[in-house]
Amino acid sequence: MSTNSFTLTDEMRESAIGVESAPTTTDVEKGHIARFAEAIGDDNPAYTEGTPETGGIVAPPTFLRAMRAVRPEVPFEIPFTRLLDGGSDWEYFEHVRPGDVITAVGRVEDIRERTGSIGQMLITTIKVTYRNQSGAVVATQTSTSIRH
Amino acid sequence: MGQQIYFEDVSEGMELPVEVREPTTRQLVQYAGASGDFYEIHYDKPYAESIGLPGIIIHGALKNAMLGAYVTGWAGPASTLRRLTCQYRGMDFPGEPITAKGHVSRVYQEGQQNLVDCTIWLENPQGQQTTPGTATVALPARRG
Repeated sequence: MSTNSFTLTDEMRESAIGVESAPTTTDVEKGHIARFAEAIGDDNPAYTEGTPETGGIVAPPTFLRAMRAVRPEVPFEIPFTRLLDGGSDWEYFEHVRPGDVITAVGRVEDIRERTGSIGQMLITTIKVTYRNQSGAVVATQTSTSIRH
Repeated sequence: MGQQIYFEDVSEGMELPVEVREPTTRQLVQYAGASGDFYEIHYDKPYAESIGLPGIIIHGALKNAMLGAYVTGWAGPASTLRRLTCQYRGMDFPGEPITAKGHVSRVYQEGQQNLVDCTIWLENPQGQQTTPGTATVALPARRG
């Protein structure tokens, strides 16, 4: 168990919450969607040839993970090297289709300190907003990461 | 792909059919390539062991994707996934069966939408829920 002296002050929390990442912009390709669907073991034809209901090819729900959103940098040093992924909360608004241009921006929603069985932890909640070329929000993904 | 599920056919407590998958190291490499997540713990066994893991572990995001495939496969082609959540509570390993289970937890209407909340999870061979989650799906009605 570490005896780290790191303290997350209110000022540090306030300086971190709201920090946004540099946007990443990615062209959505048909072949990439098909490879992603194959990799997750999902043979739904909506992802390879489209269905009448989807009106063409669409991307699987977690495909946006492949848009490689950048993690926002908090404005202070974090003395932990280990990183655990705590979970994910996706909300979906629009389909993602081949030819879309997706811009992803991450924002620090919350950061807090806790001591648990693995010692001191820093728990960060980041919300990534994915927009298409029309500016419409296609999905948001709120993720929790644990540094310790 | 299953058949279409209609709003009239679901009720609270209804179980989703159990599905068993067995991800392989090949699938993890495929997922690394398709997602762009090249963290070595998902394909390099000596590296994974060097940082104290029992071996290669499955990407959390791949388990997230498996839950998405599970619930959308059940709900059918005319359904729409509105929300998908999951928590990573435990590690899962390639070469071991992963079982997806779930049940309907809430049936309701909101605006013009017929919505169903599901409690879903992935279980390891010891029966532990390594990846619990929820999903909200909009379903078509037989009588629109």
